[in-house]
Amino acid sequence: MFDLDKWQEILTTIKKNKLRTFLTGFSVAWGIFMLIILLGSGKGLENGFENEFRGAAKNSLWIWTGRTSIAHNGMNPGRPVRFTNDDYENLKNNIDQREYISGRFNIRWGNQVTYKNEVHSFGIRNVHPEYEFIEALTITDGRYINQLDLDNFRKVTVISTLVRDMLFRDDADKALGEYILVNGIPFKVVGFFEDESQNNNNMRLIYVPISTAQMVFSGGNRLHEISMTIHANTLEEAQRAEENIRNRLAAVHNFNPDDRRALGTWNSFENYMQMQSLFKGIRLFIWIIGIGTIIAGIVGVSNIMVIVVKERTREIGVRKALGATPFSVVSLILFESVLITTFAGYIGLVFGVGLLEIISGIDAPFFSNPSADFRLAVSATLLLIFAGALAGFVPAQRAARIKPIEALRDE
Amino acid sequence: MITLQNIHKSYKMGLNSLHVLKGINLEIEKGELVSIMGSSGSGKSTLLNILGILDNYDEGEYRLDGKVIAGLSETKAALMRNEYIGFVFQSFNLISFKNALENVALPLYYKKISRKKRNKIAMEYLEKVGLMDWAEHMPNELSGGQKQRVAIARSLIANPKVIFADEPTGALDSVTSFEVMAILRDINKEGITVIIVTHEDDISRMTKRVVKLKDGNIEADFAPKPLNNFALNGSGTYLRDKDDILLNIET
Ligand SMILES: Nc1ncnc2c1ncn2[C@@H]1O[C@H](COP(=O)(O)OP(=O)(O)OP(=O)(O)O)[C@@H](O)[C@H]1O
Ligand SMILES: [Mg+2]
Repeated sequence: MFDLDKWQEILTTIKKNKLRTFLTGFSVAWGIFMLIILLGSGKGLENGFENEFRGAAKNSLWIWTGRTSIAHNGMNPGRPVRFTNDDYENLKNNIDQREYISGRFNIRWGNQVTYKNEVHSFGIRNVHPEYEFIEALTITDGRYINQLDLDNFRKVTVISTLVRDMLFRDDADKALGEYILVNGIPFKVVGFFEDESQNNNNMRLIYVPISTAQMVFSGGNRLHEISMTIHANTLEEAQRAEENIRNRLAAVHNFNPDDRRALGTWNSFENYMQMQSLFKGIRLFIWIIGIGTIIAGIVGVSNIMVIVVKERTREIGVRKALGATPFSVVSLILFESVLITTFAGYIGLVFGVGLLEIISGIDAPFFSNPSADFRLAVSATLLLIFAGALAGFVPAQRAARIKPIEALRDE
Repeated sequence: MITLQNIHKSYKMGLNSLHVLKGINLEIEKGELVSIMGSSGSGKSTLLNILGILDNYDEGEYRLDGKVIAGLSETKAALMRNEYIGFVFQSFNLISFKNALENVALPLYYKKISRKKRNKIAMEYLEKVGLMDWAEHMPNELSGGQKQRVAIARSLIANPKVIFADEPTGALDSVTSFEVMAILRDINKEGITVIIVTHEDDISRMTKRVVKLKDGNIEADFAPKPLNNFALNGSGTYLRDKDDILLNIET
């Protein structure tokens, strides 16, 4: 039921009572504004921490081999343990909690990378395609290594933007599809990556398909390292997965599962879980403050509505003497409150989001790219509107029900 | 028009109860001009509020235009007030954030008449009380007499059958009082019943019937000696108001 005349009446009332309007609106606008800033800062904090601990924060497991140090099944200690492609297949197919997995083959000699007259030493990493996700690489152009590269032993390479700039210099924009020499063998550049762990060593690298590297750099089926990410909700779950892997490899390679020298591991489970609980803490903190802010807003709006109704008691009496029904009195007050809180909430939303937009460029340590969950902010606004209406409803209803003579007597 | 039978009204304050109206019987015909008099605290306002359905009564029967007024819901009462009754208060009771025109037009808002139409009608009524040029003024920019004339215009706009005025001149000096009374008499001449509470003899003598209350009972009910020749400028029987409207107040 849209009643233009009623809205005109309400708009006139709002226009003529600027202070009242301002006070009601301000507590709502302020509450929403603060909430958005709060949510945004929380997000910024979370992003910041995530950036700071990128790489380490992942739920990843790194495994490498060494020499046995414990006698086992009648064999003397000191026996070398070696990974092969079979171990990769074994873990890939048999570990349920595995998410991404990749082997790694290291070239024993040489790490020379050449393009025309530019000669440099870069790390050469020979890996499976899923390594991209384990290391959380960003592909800025082209692509990463894929399964077809492995199947066909393609001589392709993915280089960092840093390597590209150093090799190609002014021709960096033409680098994609060019050939570079890796230890004297030509490889086609198919993509560029960036590693955001902000560690320069991770950028002085090129990636090569593991099968190609094993072939051209005479590696046979040898692997030096296997890395993977693990699906786990608790530290115990992750550690059980690691235990499982250790037992499985110990059986294959015939060493004591407790022999830490035979099989070395490093994992980020604990780091990861700590990060997760830190984020949980931040989120909880934000929620508590946010709810506090909303409650303060609700109390503010409620107070003002009670005062507004009190202040308008006499006016209500006059209106009733002139023929206003209780319904029209209540709706006059409520629609006014809803109109003001909606508008003010919107203003708060706009200013909050605007401010976040301005500071969104910030990329300080432990704080980056703040942004607010817009839906949550809108819900909070609706909650405040509802609270304002409810807070106004009770006294308005009471004022509308009393006999007009009592309202008129009110001084 | 108005029939009261044995009306009782008490105010309850905690354990005490103050018996204010003690069985009022009264009949007022359509088109009468009546004043209710009595000493302070005798129950004049109480009676008028009951008549105006602003307050309820405890006992007896009140009929307005043949309808029994009892146990009405606030919504029904509001509709009755809007339909039958106009009020003029001692303290004007204009809405402070509305200008004169909007104040006058307000009862028509509750009659669901469009804004344009009700502003036009309000202007006509402002003209009737000689305040056309003050339409845009806010109440705090008006004198007491002007405010009361705005209030009278407001009480008239919805075409009521009865006007109730509680000491309409109580806050005004004698010149403005007479102006206001002149307007009320004009209204009465158009056939509207007018009931005025006052404690001023002069005012009551400008009405046609006086009902005198004492201690919650009607002490006397009589036609007053008309106030003749009450020109204040000392020269004639006409009173000329500021806006040059001739007010014919001979009886
Ligand atoms: N709401 C109320 N609660 C309690 N007592 C009341 C109330 N209204 C009026 N009274 C009392 O009822 C009595 C009559 O009041 P009323 O206002 O009708 O007198 P009145 O004749 O209009 O007097 P005045 O000439 O002073 O206006 C007074 O004693 C007054 O104190
Ligand atoms: Mg009184």
